[in-house]
Formats: sequence, C-alpha cells, structure tokens
Amino acid sequence: MISEFIYMNGYGYYVLSSFLFTLVCFLGLYIITKSQLTKEQNKFNVKFGELNSEQVKEAKKQKIYKEIIATEIFSKI
Amino acid sequence: MNFIKNYQFSLVRKSQKIVLYLFLIVLMLGLFEALILSPEDYLQGDSVRIMYVHVPSAWISLGIFSLIATLSIMVIIFKNKVFFLIAKSLAPSGFVFSLVALVTGSIWGKPTWGTWWAWDARITSMLILCIFYLMYLLAWRIFENKDYVTKITSFIAILGFINIPIIKFSVDWWSTLHQPSSVNIFSKTTIHTTMLIPLGIMTAAFALFSLLIFLMKYNTELIKIKNKGLDRL
Repeated sequence: MISEFIYMNGYGYYVLSSFLFTLVCFLGLYIITKSQLTKEQNKFNVKFGELNSEQVKEAKKQKIYKEIIATEIFSKI
Repeated sequence: MNFIKNYQFSLVRKSQKIVLYLFLIVLMLGLFEALILSPEDYLQGDSVRIMYVHVPSAWISLGIFSLIATLSIMVIIFKNKVFFLIAKSLAPSGFVFSLVALVTGSIWGKPTWGTWWAWDARITSMLILCIFYLMYLLAWRIFENKDYVTKITSFIAILGFINIPIIKFSVDWWSTLHQPSSVNIFSKTTIHTTMLIPLGIMTAAFALFSLLIFLMKYNTELIKIKNKGLDRL
C-alpha cells in the first residue's frame, strides 16, 4: 500500500518531489518571516525598556505600543 | 491616519494565529484529496497530481502581482503609505509562489513533454514574472532613499503588470506546449469535479498561506515604524 503510494505508477519521484519542494519553500518562507518579526519585536522591547518614565508615559499614550507589549506572548505562533 | 494604523495593527496581530491553524487544516485536507482521493488522469496518469501544487501557485503569484501593481497605482494617486506597506508585505509570498510554479512546472514537464525546460510562451512569461518579483524585492533592499524606492518599486510593479495578460492569454495567442485553460469563470470548466475539488482546496490552502505571510510581514513593517517612533521620543 505505502510502496504503491510512493511509486505512483512510476510518477512518484516527480509528484512527491513537487509536493516536497512546495512544502520546503513554505516552511523556509515562514521561518524567515517569523524570525524577522521576532527580531523587530525584540528590538522594540529593548528600546522600550531603555525609555525613562516620562518617555514611557508618552509612549503608552499611543495604543499601538500597548498592543505590542500586551500581545507579545500570543504572537509567538 | 494613526487610528487606521492602530486598528490595522490590532486586527493583524489577532488574525495571524487563526489563519495559521486554518491554513494547516485546509492544507492537510488538500494533501489528502490531492495525493490519495483524486483519480489519476487517463492520459497523464499520476503525474497529473503535480497540478494541485503547480496551478494554485501560478494563480496566486499572478493574483498577488496584480494586487501589488494596483496598490502601486493607488500609492501614486492617493499618496497613501498604507497601500505601499501592503504591497511590500505581499511581495515575498508572491515571489515564492512564482518560484514554486516554475519549479513544479519544470518537474511536471519531464514526464509529460519529455523535457525539464522549454522556451514556451507560458513558461517564459512566468519566468519574466519571477524576475519582476525578484527586481521588486531587490529594489527594497538596494535603495535606501524612501522617495526613490517608492518610485522604483511602483515602476517595476506597473511595468511587470503588462506581463500578466500575456501569461494568461499566451496559450491562446501562441502555439504552446501548455493546454488551453481548463478552469474558466465565464465559459464551461472542462475539468472533472473529482479533480476540481482538490484543486479548489489546495488553492484555498495556498491563499491562506499567502495571507499568513502577508499578515506577518505587515506586522513586522508596523513594528519597524514604531521602532523608529521610539527613537524620536
């Protein structure tokens, strides 16, 4: 059954390599994109940590900063 | 403008996880349909299964580039940077899909036509699309001047858009190795339902993947903007 599936009447090499190539490309793109996102998030966290209380107050007025800090755990998909 | 960005940011963050899970579910279903349930072709045999990755990739790469070109035109007209961010975030997945379409098409060509590559109108125009994607992405990396990169990438996108109808109608205009379109919106679809269903599911899975990558890229771009904002405090 499994060998029949892999062989695919002689076309298994072509079919499975096509699917494998597609999935590898997807995985590669996902990893690159995810690492870029994590890098920027970390950069933001470091920069935000270096702010003095006055600057933090100023930054926190903007909703978008709160979103980055609050959803950091959830964004690690 | 700030409200729009904040709203978008919140929406982008929350939807990433949902899209990822949805993509994985649809992909599993699509792979099961494409590799196990769908029948083999009476002429091409099991090699027809390559269609389930090749065709959706080609469709989506074409769709994404059309969207990038449209957004580039909108940037020129409305001078809205959000359109620009969307276009920039769409490009990586579009490039990967065009590459997948080319490589899987080449693999499919060997058992079907007896060759890995032919300078056929459809294949050549798809290669040109892939080059346009590459130029678009490289322009972002090479040029640092914002105004200049806006103009260059918009020019690449609009110029590359001319190639889209050429890809679509190449099988009708020239005598090519590719068969005419089997899935049509305005005329009768000639593909059997047993093959159309897995093709539809795989297209949905690939569309969800491009949406996922777009959301992640868009999110990255928004955080980059906010990082610059922090520097100014």
